[in-house]
Amino acid sequence: MAAVDDLQFEEFGDEATSAANPGATTIHIEGPSESPAHQPGLSRGSGGEEDDELLGNDDSDKTELLAGQKKSSPFWTFEYYQTFFDVDTYQVFDRIKGSLLPIPGKNFVRLYIRSNPDLYGPFWICATLVFAIAISGNLSNFLIHLGEKTYHYVPEFRKVSIAATIIYAYAWLVPLALWGFLMWRNSKVMNIVSYSFLEIVCVYGYSLFIYIPTAVLWIIPQKAVRWILVMIALGISGSVLAMTFWPAVREDNRRIALATIVTIVFLHTLLSVGCLAYFFDAPEMDHLPTATVAPNQTVAAAK
Amino acid sequence: MAEAAESSGDPGTTSPRPLFAGLSDISISQDIPVEGEITIPMRSHIREFDSSTLNESVQNTIMRDLKAVGKKFMHVLYPRKSNTLLRDWDLWGPLILCVTLALMLQRSSIDSEKDGGPQFAEVFVIVWFGAVTITLNSKLLGGNISFFQSLCVLGYCILPLTVAMLVCRLVLLAEPGPINFVVRFFVVIVMFAWSIVASTAFLADSQPPNRKALAIYPVFLFYFVISWMILTFTP
Repeated sequence: MAAVDDLQFEEFGDEATSAANPGATTIHIEGPSESPAHQPGLSRGSGGEEDDELLGNDDSDKTELLAGQKKSSPFWTFEYYQTFFDVDTYQVFDRIKGSLLPIPGKNFVRLYIRSNPDLYGPFWICATLVFAIAISGNLSNFLIHLGEKTYHYVPEFRKVSIAATIIYAYAWLVPLALWGFLMWRNSKVMNIVSYSFLEIVCVYGYSLFIYIPTAVLWIIPQKAVRWILVMIALGISGSVLAMTFWPAVREDNRRIALATIVTIVFLHTLLSVGCLAYFFDAPEMDHLPTATVAPNQTVAAAK
Repeated sequence: MAEAAESSGDPGTTSPRPLFAGLSDISISQDIPVEGEITIPMRSHIREFDSSTLNESVQNTIMRDLKAVGKKFMHVLYPRKSNTLLRDWDLWGPLILCVTLALMLQRSSIDSEKDGGPQFAEVFVIVWFGAVTITLNSKLLGGNISFFQSLCVLGYCILPLTVAMLVCRLVLLAEPGPINFVVRFFVVIVMFAWSIVASTAFLADSQPPNRKALAIYPVFLFYFVISWMILTFTP
């Protein structure tokens, strides 16, 4: 009787189906971590460039599909914005660690963000940086002018708003400009790697993390120490940015690619040196009550 | 005297007897009294809400709200895991605390031209927009707390820092010097820790477990900035 056989489980292994039904097609669905070509260990060495290309090729198709499926709520609902905060604590820590340790060949976006750009990191890192710069600047000025008779301590609260404007403008407008530029070049030259606007915002936000301990250490009133800190911070975050965006412009005209990378690093330098100059008084100069008077005095003295 | 006729099926069938069939045989005689009292506990409450809050004296109304605010102050000062702040939230306490803090922190008119401390409006904006941003952040991360409940908790937990501000103001009346600063620093640090502990006790349970640190860090930053403003206040 067929009743007993009907009750047994059927094996649906590959061999069984292909043997039982030669006309059937079997589809292999692999996760991104299963195929050997996706292991990050292969991305080092001289063959790293080609492997990066392969990674970029396959990943971009899959993750664009996934990205399209994820953000399906219309933009006026709350759920749409919740998809940008879909990170756990350990993921945020991993991304911060990735921005602090740039390893050649490992692309920050591909490794840490590719599946899931978030807005939590950029927003709160910028907020912390704003207050870190304003508070450290105030504290450093207080310590430098401590012994002077004519110095009256003021909390300089106005500088918080100025710092907030600078940092948030940098963290949002520069990615916007860069994204627009990359889209424009993409329409002219077929690039293999392309980033969405949120991924660029994410990279910029997490790359600013190194400036938080740097701002705190800038309290030390030694010019040499401050400039060494600037070099270190610029080296780390600049290299994270350069290594992220090099694959995106590599296909382009050599000069345009180099100019893009140089501009990115230059703007980053401008930000750090500008913050150091504006919020932190120079340690050797005395008799200067406020930081805004200092440039005028040095210009007057130089004439 | 009620007597119901028994409704039965045709005699001769073997159908089972219906439930409670025997009840119809009982007749209620007059010597078994059936009487009693039914009291509804909520009745007096409902009557009170109907009309009496309109007719009560103004003092009663104000004292009731003030007592609610005071009760919540006690809960903040001795933080235990309780639901009082969340269940009956109100925004009177945060408003009183914020206005007090902003009035005490604003810069005097003497140095309003130079770079000085914050203005009243700046403190107000920092407190309220900071609380709104933290609440939005916690909701976006998936917390299940309502918007005003979170504002209520964050506002009430400014109470230790307002107390620190009062103490600092009193200490600043004495002569300035390093001891003055050390005392103020110590007071502000203790009250800052108290605020963090109080708000964590109320807010931590409403966050998803793997994102607690992400939701608590902005609270830490918020109270840190307020503590900084209190510590650097110079009259």
